[in-house]
Order: sequence, then C-alpha cells, then structure tokens
Amino acid sequence: MFSPSFYQIAPVIAVCASLAAVPLIALSGSRPNLREFWTFLAAGVKFAMVFALAGWVLAGNVVEVELIRVLPELSIALRVDSFGMVFALVSSFLWMVAATYTIGYMRKLNEHAQTRFMVCFALSLCAAIGVAFSANLLTMYIFYEMLSLSTYPLVAHHQDKEGRAGARKYLAFLLGGSVGLVLPAMIVIFAITGTVNFADNINSGIIPADTGSTLVVILFFACLFGFAKNGIMPMHAWLPGAMVAPTPVSALLHAVAVVKVGVFCTIRVMLYVFGIDLMDDLNLGVITAYIVSFTIVTASIIALTKDNLKARLAYSTISQLSYIILGVALLAPAAIEGGIIHIANHAFSKITLFFCAGAIYVATHKKNISEMGGLGRVMPFTFGAFAVASLSMIGVPPVAGFITKWYLLVGALDAGQLGIILVLLASTLLNVAYFAPITYHAFFGKPPAGEVHGGGIKEAPLIMVLPILLAATISVILGFYPDIMMQFVKMVTS
Amino acid sequence: MIDQAPVFIVIIPLLAALLLVFATPLGPRFAYGMLVTALAATLAAALATLNLVVAANQAVHYRMGDWLPPHGIELVIDHLSGVVLVLVAGCALLTAIYSLRTAEQDNPDRLNQYYSLFALLVTGLLGMVASGDLFNLYVLLEISALSSYGLLARGGGQAYYATFKYLIVGTIGACFYLLGVGYIYIMTGSLNMADLAVILSRPELQESVSVKIGFTLIILGIWIKMALFPLHAWLPNAYSKAGTTTACLVAPLMTKVSVYIMLRMMFTVFSADYIFNQIAWSELVIYLASAAAVVGMLAALAQRDLRKMLTYIIVAEIGYMTGGAWLANAAGFTGTTYHILADGLMTLCLFMAVGAIIYRTGETTKAAMVGIFQKMPITAVVLVIGAASIIGVPPTCGFFSKWYLIQGAAQAGAWVFVAALLIASLVAAVIFFRLLEVAFFGDLDAAPAAPEDGHGQGHGPAVARAEAPLSMLIPMMISAAGLIVLGIYTREVVSYFISWSIPAGF
Repeated sequence: MFSPSFYQIAPVIAVCASLAAVPLIALSGSRPNLREFWTFLAAGVKFAMVFALAGWVLAGNVVEVELIRVLPELSIALRVDSFGMVFALVSSFLWMVAATYTIGYMRKLNEHAQTRFMVCFALSLCAAIGVAFSANLLTMYIFYEMLSLSTYPLVAHHQDKEGRAGARKYLAFLLGGSVGLVLPAMIVIFAITGTVNFADNINSGIIPADTGSTLVVILFFACLFGFAKNGIMPMHAWLPGAMVAPTPVSALLHAVAVVKVGVFCTIRVMLYVFGIDLMDDLNLGVITAYIVSFTIVTASIIALTKDNLKARLAYSTISQLSYIILGVALLAPAAIEGGIIHIANHAFSKITLFFCAGAIYVATHKKNISEMGGLGRVMPFTFGAFAVASLSMIGVPPVAGFITKWYLLVGALDAGQLGIILVLLASTLLNVAYFAPITYHAFFGKPPAGEVHGGGIKEAPLIMVLPILLAATISVILGFYPDIMMQFVKMVTS
Repeated sequence: MIDQAPVFIVIIPLLAALLLVFATPLGPRFAYGMLVTALAATLAAALATLNLVVAANQAVHYRMGDWLPPHGIELVIDHLSGVVLVLVAGCALLTAIYSLRTAEQDNPDRLNQYYSLFALLVTGLLGMVASGDLFNLYVLLEISALSSYGLLARGGGQAYYATFKYLIVGTIGACFYLLGVGYIYIMTGSLNMADLAVILSRPELQESVSVKIGFTLIILGIWIKMALFPLHAWLPNAYSKAGTTTACLVAPLMTKVSVYIMLRMMFTVFSADYIFNQIAWSELVIYLASAAAVVGMLAALAQRDLRKMLTYIIVAEIGYMTGGAWLANAAGFTGTTYHILADGLMTLCLFMAVGAIIYRTGETTKAAMVGIFQKMPITAVVLVIGAASIIGVPPTCGFFSKWYLIQGAAQAGAWVFVAALLIASLVAAVIFFRLLEVAFFGDLDAAPAAPEDGHGQGHGPAVARAEAPLSMLIPMMISAAGLIVLGIYTREVVSYFISWSIPAGF
C-alpha cells in the first residue's frame, strides 16, 4: 500500500508513460537496442502503475483525477474503477508480451521504418489506457480518436496499394463512426443532461428520466454503431481490411487494444451513460442482443469461407467481440459478468492465435490455411499453443473461453432469452467448424503436393515463441482461476 | 497614457502606412523592420485596451477629439471587439514577420508601396472592429477593401482578372451596406450604434417596413463581403491567385472581421428579439448556412490547387459561423464568436504552412506535398495541427467551436445544421488525409514505387531536408501552438471574454 496521493498520480503516469517514451524512441532510431529498451521501460512502468492501482481498486477505492477543465462544465479527467481496471490490466500486460514478440518479428523480417512503428505502438497504448481510465465521455472520445490516428500508420505500414487502401478504409469507418455518430450523440447528451461524466453505478445512467424515448433510442444506436471499433455489422468492414498490417499490429491492436477499446467504449456508454434501468425500460437490451447475435453468426459463417489465416482470425474476432456486447445487452448480472470477463479471456486467446499466425509467416512465409498441412509436426510449440487458444475460442473447459460461455448461458437463462441460447450453441458449433480443421490439418494432414517439411522449416525464433507460450498458458490459467479477473468484474455488477 | 491605447490601435498602422511610402529610399530591410515594429506596437495597444476592458469589466468608449456622440467619432471596445482586435493585430504581426522572404519575392520593385497597403488594410480592419458608428464603419470598410484590391492584384497570372471581379462584387456589397445605413439613418436620424439601439427599440420602429428593408440590405451587403454561399463566387479566385503574403493576411482576417460586423449589426444595433421575431426570413438563414458548410467543403474536396482548396474551406467555415449566429441561443453565439478566433488562427496557420511548402517546392498542387514529412518536418507538423483543427480533433480549438455550435444547434432543434457540420467535418478529414497520406508515404500514382524488398514495402529515395526559412517557421509555429493553447484555455476565453457579449434574451 502506498499513500493516497500516490494513487492520484499513478493513473496519470500509467497513461503518459508510453507518451513520454515517444520522443525517446524516436530519437534513438539509429540504436535499435536502446530504442527497444525505452519501449520495455515504458511498458514496465505502465504495468507497474496499473498493477499498483489494481490493488487499490480491489480495496474498494475509486481514483478520480481532473487534468484540464476545458469548458466550464466539461473537463478532461481520469477515473480508475473496477471496470476500467479489467481492460487496463489486460492491455498493459499484453503490451509487454507483444513488445517482445514484435521485436522478434520485425527484426527477423527486417521490416522498414521500425522506429515509426514503435513510436505509433507506444502512442496507441497511451490511448488504450487513456480510454480505460477515462472519467467522462469527452476524455474517452479524445483517447478513442487518438487511438484511431496513431494506429493509422501501423495499418498503412507496408505503404503499398493494398496497405493504403486498408488504412483508408480503416480511417473512413472509424472516423466516420466517431465524428459522424458518437460526437453528435455526446454533444446532445451534454445538451440534455448538462454533464458527460459517467454514472457511479451501472443502474441509473445519467440520462434524465423525462427525456423523450425516441431521442434516447437514437442516441443509443448512434453510440452502438458509432464506436465502430467494436466490429458490429455493418460497421465491421474495416477490420478484415486492416489485416494487411504486420502481424504484431493485428495481434496487439486488432485482437486486443483497438477492438477492445471499441467494445469497452460501447459497454461504458451502455452501462454508465444509459444505465440498465433505462435500457430495460425501452427494451434496448433485447434489440441489441439480437443485433449482435446476427453479427456473431454471420461473421462465423464468413470465417468458414476464408483460407487466409489472418482473415479467418479477423472474422473470428468480429464474432467474439459481439459476445462481449451480447453479454452486457442481456442485462442479467451473470451475463454482464460473462461479457466483461470475455474482454480478458478473448484478449489472451486471440493474441495467441495472431502470434501463431505471425510465427508461421516468419518461419515459412505461408499465409493460407490450405498450405499448412503437416506444419504442426515441425512447429509443435506454435501449433500446440494454437490448439489451446482455439479451444478457448470454442469454449472447451478448462481454457478461459469456457468461463465466458458458462456465464453467458447462465445469464441468457436468467434473462429468459432462449433464442440467445440457440445463438450461442450455433456459434460454438461454427467455432469448432472453423478452428478444429486448422489444428487437425497441421498435425495430421499432409504437406501440399511437391513440398516436404524437412530440415528447412523450424520454429520461429525463441523471442517469438516464448510470448506465444506465455499467452497460451495464461489462457489456461484464467480458465482454472477465473477469479483473477472475476473479482474486478464482480465489483462492476455489485 | 494607457487610457489612450484604443486610439493607438488605429493610428499606429495608419501612420506606418503613410511613412512607409516616404521611406522607400531606405531600402527593403528598413521597410520590413518598420512594418513589424508598427504592428508589434499595434498589438501592444490592442492588448492594453483589452486589459482596460477586462479591468473595468465594461466597454471602453474613446471619443475622438472629445466630440460627444452621436456627432463625434466614437471608438467602442467591449470584451468581444477587444479580443477580435487582438486577433487581427496578432495575425497581422505574424504575417508581417512571415513576409520577409515572400513579400520581396512577390514585389521586387515596389516593396514599400506593398507594405504601405498592407498597413492600410490592417488599419481598416482594426478600425471596423473598434468603430462605434455605422458610417465610420463604412468608410473603414472601403479603406480595407480598396487596399485589399491593390494587394490582391499584385499576385501573378490571372490575379488582375480575379481581383477585378472581386472589386465589382465587393463594391456592390459595400453599396448594399451603405444603402441599408441610409434607410436606418432616415428612420432614426442617428448613426451611432449605441444610440441606434435605443432608438430602434421603439415599438413603431420595430414594426417599420423601412427599418426591415434597411436591416436586410445591411446584412446582404455584409454577406457579400464575407462570401456567404451563394454569394461567395468572388472569393476563391481572388484569394488563391494572390501572392503568398497577401493570402496569409487577407484570407484569415477579412472574412472574420465581416462576421464580427454581422454580429455587431445583429445584436448591438438591432437585437435578438427584433431579428428572430420581426424578420420573416431569419428562420431560413440556418439552411443557407448549412448549405454553405457542405457545399464549401465539397468544393474544397474537388480542388487540385492547394490554396484554392483552402479558400473553399473558408467558404465552409463562414457557413459554420453564420449558422451559429442565427441559431438564436447562447451556445450558438458562443460557438460563432469563439470560432472567429479559432478560424482566424487556423486559416492563418494553414495558409502560412501551404505558402511555405509552395515557396520551397514551387508546386501548387498535391504534388507539392510528396515527402513533406521528410523534407520539411516542422512545416508538416504545423500543417497537421492546422488540419486537425479544421477537422475538429481535440484538443485543438476547432473541436471546441464545433462542440458549441453542435450543442447550440441541438438545443435549437436545427438538425439540418448538425448534419451539415458533421458532413463538413468528415469531408474535411478526407481532404486532409488525402494530402497527408501523400506527404507521409509519397505518391504511388505519380512515381513508381521504389524497388521492393520481398513483401511489397517500397523504401522511397532519401529526400533532402529543405525546411522553410526561420522567418516563416517562427510565425507558423506560434500560430500552430496558438491553436492548441486556445483549445486548452477554451474555458478562460469563453468566460472572460465571450460570455460578456452574449446578447440579452439568450
């Protein structure tokens, strides 16, 4: 335990550590080892701060820090509560893991513009933690935009036609959603309530009771679709396009930071701006649940058709993100818990899968699933981790994904939504259908005609395999000890 | 001495304009130094006046030669005109510093005359803001207009033709204004703004058709001067053909001062109550403003020439400000007045950055942008900050003016205007990202990609560093920093200056 004043400054350090590292990283571009040292230093400081705050939050405290008061009734302020802590812990921890992996990947492939890459990486992590610790809509919006802009050069990294087209689409969807829908919604909310601060609990929200229901419904859907990073159809189209980015970007940003920021913002607004009571009164929860159910099933079906491994993972991500929103939309406590804990569970499992895809690419330069027959026998660690993570996606005990499915099913029963249970079952079957063949094929299949996996192909470098194994192990640990995260989640719903 | 500050705001640049002509034999460096010194003194006077206003918490009245109004000439400076004066003087000073290289390049033979017109234009603009009298305002309007015709015509190529068109249209606008003032004078017998406000509140004048016609003519004249769509056609050509310095001076300030005059007419001479209850067409203005915002931005999207693109953005921004003023609520008014400051600064910032890029590369289209991040990194960052402000990315000031405008529109139920603001922001994002993509990654269409290294990552050829000269960089950096500082101190600006001017009844 530290003094309370430490906890006032800790969130600021947690957010700004990677921001402070940006000039250092940029200036040490000619000395890669020093540059990487700054990245690790910032990641370590960030995680240490988040970890220290986690203990403080568990003790029942909420930290609030006002940074700048921009308008008389409007400020840029940070707040550390249990819900934000779930996301902050996951993303700050995975930054360290991903940084290790990234260094291996970028150096092995001898990628260009590594300094720019690391700078944008650090900026995007600052934005992700900023979103997690935002105290009001304005602050969250600012960090949300900062994340869109700082990840743009990462997506466009290859600078070729395909990369730029993907990056353009990325910005078009994300900025279109945020400027076109979220910004006006936020200002209208400010105009009718006089505040944009989040409520203290998940029931009441901040919208006054006498607001017209049509307006509330419009505002709600503007936020649901406006936070386009959450991948709800039809705002999902940027995600497969953004997969042109180098794999570490896909791994950290499009499995963890970016998409989770979208989901996090959506849930933050659903629970802390609109509140459960209002959503229940207007039946918004049920409608949302069916909208995201459509996404869950459709994205899974599309995933089945993709032969490119990263594209399949991308559609799997779209589907899994909607699980999180589905849980919250059901409005039953167990379902909300299942949804929120899936932020952590999905992050660890999906980052493993993307890391594996990158490791396979580095080792063999293969992108398509059909070319991966028999690879598991020469890359046992990579494909072993892949198997564990896909079990988590499917929801097999004891891997983490099972916990999510369990809570979601219980929650759906509590909410009396039998249709949703069918959706969950169908999507589980679809998950099996698109994940199981990859592992099976890799271990028991034959190499493509004319290729022999002899001594030429071996595992990716150790610096890449270790993060894979670590992430996969944590997926299993979270399955055995769900309380690690669940203690924070329970504080949200209590 | 400090009480005399208001008059120095007008007198210093006027004297400078006169002396500059006679100082021709002393050479271009002397002229530059004199202009910068004079404008720095003007800025100091403007700041001192603003300080007077804030200290007294009321408008400062300065009577020329101690003649009493309504007969004497009166300068009236309240919180609103105080900050606009600082903005005008500040932008003029930055442009003057910036002009070291470009003004000589554009006017090798008549630099002193050019600088003299420069100072005269600034005199006119400052005088319009400080004036408390409708007819003096007209005189100063003509002073600034005539000097701007001279400045704009100094540009190359088709500048003469474009300026001639502007001269015709601008004169028509001034005539409309003068005609309107004539109507008001016939009906009231006064030209002093404060005096008029009292007289015009009489019930019989509130109903009078002549006064309504007078008001309509005045507003029409101002709209022509500020290039509100569809009266904007003169602006893009006139501004984009001008020399770099002229564009940097004229583009941010002239339209903004016109918007200020519109606010003065609407809320000081007439009243919110009169406009929104007596003037039948007042409800339609918001649609006109929405159209201006969208059409202006779309037209900007279609431009190849960088400066012409910026001039169409001005047309869109004029739509924002007009809309805010006619929303008839406090948030809309705050948004408009705040945006006068914000837009003045961001237009200046962008025109200076683009001017520097054109100065270094010699290109005026998208081709000028290729590899700017390597070539001119500081200029590129300035451009990014200016673009972010136009798009409305927090924490630049452009975000907060949009915040107030959208809030005001939502409160007034003007959803068309909300939609127009958002569409304009999104189009602005497209406009600038198209440029920044080329600036950052190079142009794939124009030049074939450099040799590929296995998986499609072209490494462009190394570009030599060619940053803009320091005389350009410093004012650019100040204006870019100003965008962020103004954004962060929005609360202070609004509560110390703007909130005092919110008209009664809002």
